[in-house]
Amino acid sequence: MRVVADRGTCEGLGMCEAMAPDVFEVGDDGVVDVLDATPDESSRADVQAAVLACPVLALTLEG
Amino acid sequence: MSTPSSASSSPDSTGGTGGTGDPLGGPLVVVGASLAGLRAVETARRLGYAGELVLVGAEPHPPYDRPPLSKAVLAPDGDGEVAPFHPVEHLERELDVRLLLGRAATGLDPDRRIVRVGDDELAYGALVVATGAAPRPFPGVDPADPPRGVRHLRTLEDALAVRAALEEGARTVVVGAGFIGSEVASAARGRGLPVTVVEAAPVPLQRSVGPEVGGVLTDLHRAHGTQVRLGAGVAGLVVEDGRVTGVRLAADGDPGAGSAEEGELLPADLVVLGTGVAPATGWLEGSGVPLHPGDRGVVADATGHTGVGGVWAAGDVVHLPQPLRDGAHERFEHWTSAADHGAAVVRNLLDPAAAQPIEGVPYFWSDLYGRRLQFVGTPHADEVRVVHAGGAGAETASGFLALYRREDRLVGAFAIDRPREVMKYRRRVASDGAWDEALAFATGG
Repeated sequence: MRVVADRGTCEGLGMCEAMAPDVFEVGDDGVVDVLDATPDESSRADVQAAVLACPVLALTLEG
Repeated sequence: MSTPSSASSSPDSTGGTGGTGDPLGGPLVVVGASLAGLRAVETARRLGYAGELVLVGAEPHPPYDRPPLSKAVLAPDGDGEVAPFHPVEHLERELDVRLLLGRAATGLDPDRRIVRVGDDELAYGALVVATGAAPRPFPGVDPADPPRGVRHLRTLEDALAVRAALEEGARTVVVGAGFIGSEVASAARGRGLPVTVVEAAPVPLQRSVGPEVGGVLTDLHRAHGTQVRLGAGVAGLVVEDGRVTGVRLAADGDPGAGSAEEGELLPADLVVLGTGVAPATGWLEGSGVPLHPGDRGVVADATGHTGVGGVWAAGDVVHLPQPLRDGAHERFEHWTSAADHGAAVVRNLLDPAAAQPIEGVPYFWSDLYGRRLQFVGTPHADEVRVVHAGGAGAETASGFLALYRREDRLVGAFAIDRPREVMKYRRRVASDGAWDEALAFATGG
């Protein structure tokens, strides 16, 4: 499982951080930082929820 | 998808033949084709629902995103385009959704499990009411034939009309300093155009952020050259030859329309009515679906069920019990609420025995004058503490933060340009976070 964030699309709204705070954090610049690009399989449901919750579709989950 | 193609637009096919492809005893019908409705149909397929799926929408467009209507669509550097979330082909072929667009539901018979759409009847096994909300009527404005230059801002067509007027350099008056009105003012100032916001309440956004923080927004507007008239009523629109030329304010101290005594005249080429929306539930009157005595929104339990067999509700239309308000019902008009509800009610209706309460902490954002405003939680508080006061003015960049306390709990947070912190407060609100700890976190303690 690999998480990819399109930082050009991201608007820093933080829904991903709400769903999976160990994987995503919005920085002071208002753009998401991926804290863990290859999260453990146990967090798949949260990461999927984060990808689906993004209002601007800036996140993708590979694998 | 394993089910037969249902791309036909024929509204008289009711499906519901039983068997493994029909787990609900009839089609899943979603009425309302905006965000909540879209999330409902997406979620149904993602969770493996293989029965017939119908999405009914009053607008002619497939579901599209509304926040850009008062932001990017109005911006001078934007292209004025809003693409749908998915093209029609994706909805019909990939998600196997039968689309009935440009078709408003007109009635409901829950005993026969029938939705009426004009002269047609649609059978359902389960129904999601996601008809959202529509602008409240404005005195003297016929919604079907408004004076030229007068617009609500709810639909793509509204947004394109407002954009066109701004492109022509309109002098703008915005009635109502809610999100929509405030963002229109911001867009007008972004083009260097004169704009006045008229608000009946003492501060902007009072209902959403409370009176204490609303004053900060007054300062923000004024720092960017927007005229703000607070506690001001509108006596009426001034219309000449079918075109608006101004807004007549009520005389001082008269909050209502239709005053005999005349107040100040604000000249205008464009008047945007940001005076709020009401749930679009006329089609449910008399159906037995419980409607709120105040605004006629649908009243549901914590799982989104209306108490009427097979009928669920999601998005702007529904009042749900709010944990942050000790279970009192409240209705939200937030993007995040619509998205959450749409997914959650479908999860619940597909497996009612395991239905979960819908209890995400309310969250909204707004973009004004290049600043990012974010609010989580509820403004109904015993105390509002401004923790970082800088940031309302155009020249300060340190941001603004206020926390909302009820008893000894953190129940809300409002921030301007502090994007890193907002979701951390949301988590604290969600977990009944202690006020003292939140305050210490906010002040770096």
